[in-house]
Amino acid sequence: MNGGDAALLFDRVGRHYGDLRAVDEVSLAIPRGQFVALVGASGSGKSTLLKTVNRLTFPDAGRVLINGEDAAKIPVASLRRRIGYVFQGIGLFPHMSVAENIAIGPRLSGERLSKDRIAELLALVELDAAMAARMPDALSGGQRQRVGVARALAGEPDLLLMDEPFGALDPITRDALGERVKALHKDFGLTTVMVTHDMAEALLLADRVLVMDRGSIVADETPLALIEGRGGPIAQGLVAVPREQARRLAALGGPETP
Amino acid sequence: MSGFWSTLFGLGDKLAAHVLLAASAIGLGIAVALPLAVWASRSQPVARASLGFASLVQTIPALALLALFFPILLSLRAVFGESLPTLGFLPALLALALYALLPILRNAVTAQANLDPGVLEAADGVGMNRWQRLRLVEAPLAAPFVMAGIRTAAVWTIGAATLSTTIGQPSLGDPIFAGLQTQNWVLVLAGCFASAALALTADLLLGVIERGFALRKRALWAGGMVAVALGVAAAGFAQFAPSWRGDGRDTVVIAAKSFSEQYILARLIGQRLEDAGYRVEYRDGLGSAVVHRAVTTGAIDISVDYTGTLWANELEREDNPGREAMYREIVDWKKRTSDARIFGRLGFENAYAFAMRSDRARELGVASLTDLARVAPRLTVGGDPEFFERPEWIAVRDAYGMRFAGTRNFSPTFMYDALQSGEADVISAYTSDGRIAADRLTVLADPAEALPSYDALIVLSPKASRDARLRAALEPLLGAIDVAQMRAANYAVDRVEDKRTPDEAARDLADAIGL
Repeated sequence: MNGGDAALLFDRVGRHYGDLRAVDEVSLAIPRGQFVALVGASGSGKSTLLKTVNRLTFPDAGRVLINGEDAAKIPVASLRRRIGYVFQGIGLFPHMSVAENIAIGPRLSGERLSKDRIAELLALVELDAAMAARMPDALSGGQRQRVGVARALAGEPDLLLMDEPFGALDPITRDALGERVKALHKDFGLTTVMVTHDMAEALLLADRVLVMDRGSIVADETPLALIEGRGGPIAQGLVAVPREQARRLAALGGPETP
Repeated sequence: MSGFWSTLFGLGDKLAAHVLLAASAIGLGIAVALPLAVWASRSQPVARASLGFASLVQTIPALALLALFFPILLSLRAVFGESLPTLGFLPALLALALYALLPILRNAVTAQANLDPGVLEAADGVGMNRWQRLRLVEAPLAAPFVMAGIRTAAVWTIGAATLSTTIGQPSLGDPIFAGLQTQNWVLVLAGCFASAALALTADLLLGVIERGFALRKRALWAGGMVAVALGVAAAGFAQFAPSWRGDGRDTVVIAAKSFSEQYILARLIGQRLEDAGYRVEYRDGLGSAVVHRAVTTGAIDISVDYTGTLWANELEREDNPGREAMYREIVDWKKRTSDARIFGRLGFENAYAFAMRSDRARELGVASLTDLARVAPRLTVGGDPEFFERPEWIAVRDAYGMRFAGTRNFSPTFMYDALQSGEADVISAYTSDGRIAADRLTVLADPAEALPSYDALIVLSPKASRDARLRAALEPLLGAIDVAQMRAANYAVDRVEDKRTPDEAARDLADAIGL
């Protein structure tokens, strides 16, 4: 597999925990500018695969290439500073203000972000500049994850990784923030990989949906193809959930439905 | 009550020494515990080993831990040379720092173990290296918990530092130990009050720092730190300013074990040396085991000891050659084995003896240990806590075939009360004890000479023994004190009514012996 033109390339990447193959020889190319959703049940290996990119998990087999460069050969701290990362459970530093949280990546590289730049980053995630001085525990869950996204973008990365980014949010916030991230992905020409267990979210946000099961990718389809019934039984099992919910909502009818 | 306040305000130098000792020990404890905690957070075996060790140290009584550092430092002289101090500040510092280790270490390790793993992953994920993660995330988040550990350590250390008196380090324990021995409760109370007030103050200030960390309010924690630093600096100034002024006189350090007679004799010697132009410091309440080695090594200059004590503990002899032969052999032994010297005897003995109430002795027809052995199976004998383990008791028991109905331990202070109240029929008394005369007790004769003699003698360190002026100043004390005079002086300090301080009693004693 030649990864010269891929933003991200997995070459027979594996990660084992004893006998358990969390990631089992995955090979995959992701072109620049693509929004990829990694979907699967808990324990399918999707988070582990994602973390091999910024080496929060070290693969014990294979290579990950970023813009053709072997990730294992880049010093791990500078690798991570180049990649935008949005954490499951948000991961803001509770002892730092919003502004300090956003500026942490550049600070580690010895760069100070101006007030204006922080206001600009807050504006990208639709937060008021006055939020900059607040501590994380004074924010709502949705506001916190918006700060998390702004922090991931502060280092002007090409590559954005998101690990169940909206899992802890209420449905309305979740939908709004998802759309916002999709817009930012387009505006900045990012390559984005999002791990989620929610197939509806994957179908609505991503250009390409990968379904993982027991360490392997079992489906690699566009959202449209999945809606049309392709991708095999495991993928279709996941698609069936939102489809069934939509059908039941439609059948419910009632005066509120327009 | 005015006595209490004037005593309390007279404790300034002890307080300063106490603050410096405790602050240094806590500082050393922090300096060791924090890097160890960081290491432990990265290695499970290190965490287990270090916490296990610190917990083990905590199970050793503080008093024993302090005393243990004397032989440890003594053996380390092989490595660091003869100038390594074995008494005073250094062993107290090391023992207390070891004691302070556990609460700091445990809180720091627990704080690190309980850090939100999500936050730690975020630290890695944004590209922090290990040092940045420690400095920017782990340390600030663990700080309030670590501070709570330091607070606990500070309160413990300030309390335990009172025990450093026993190894010759001045502290607020000095008035407590001196007061306990001479039953001067004002002194005890003042020492306890000062030590408790110091602990509460330290707890309060460190609590302010802890709150400052928890609330992330810089003004609060920085203010607390400044207050602590000022307190320690003031103690440092009080402690060292007098020696900067420097009056150029030689300082002689006199030791006293923890009983009244020793306090009085130390003052008697000290007063004579002050009159001769020396500056005198007292190390009161030293453990009996350390005094002799301390004077031999020069950690202190002068001590008063007893022939029987040295015979059993230092020469490790169990035979009893009689009073004169024992003294001569001890003088020779000292000359042979060290540069320290036995300067001479004071004249009286403070030996073990058996004493009974006179009426009871008459009633039972007991005048000697031989008579006592006859009636012993009907009687209860009382002794100080170590007496029934001592060779003196074993010698008497075997020489006279002594079998008592019961044996009971009392602290020396309460032994005489036990005799008066009938809880003991006969006690192991000390011949120079003032209460023998005051209570009109009968001291039983020892026809078989089973009890060894305990001649009081002055021991001089190598440096003091070479000082002719010092020897001349002490010369008049030799052979000058008889046992009745010593009993009177001891009683003046021990009695409840019209109590004299050891200093006053020493002046009275000097008058009595015509100096």
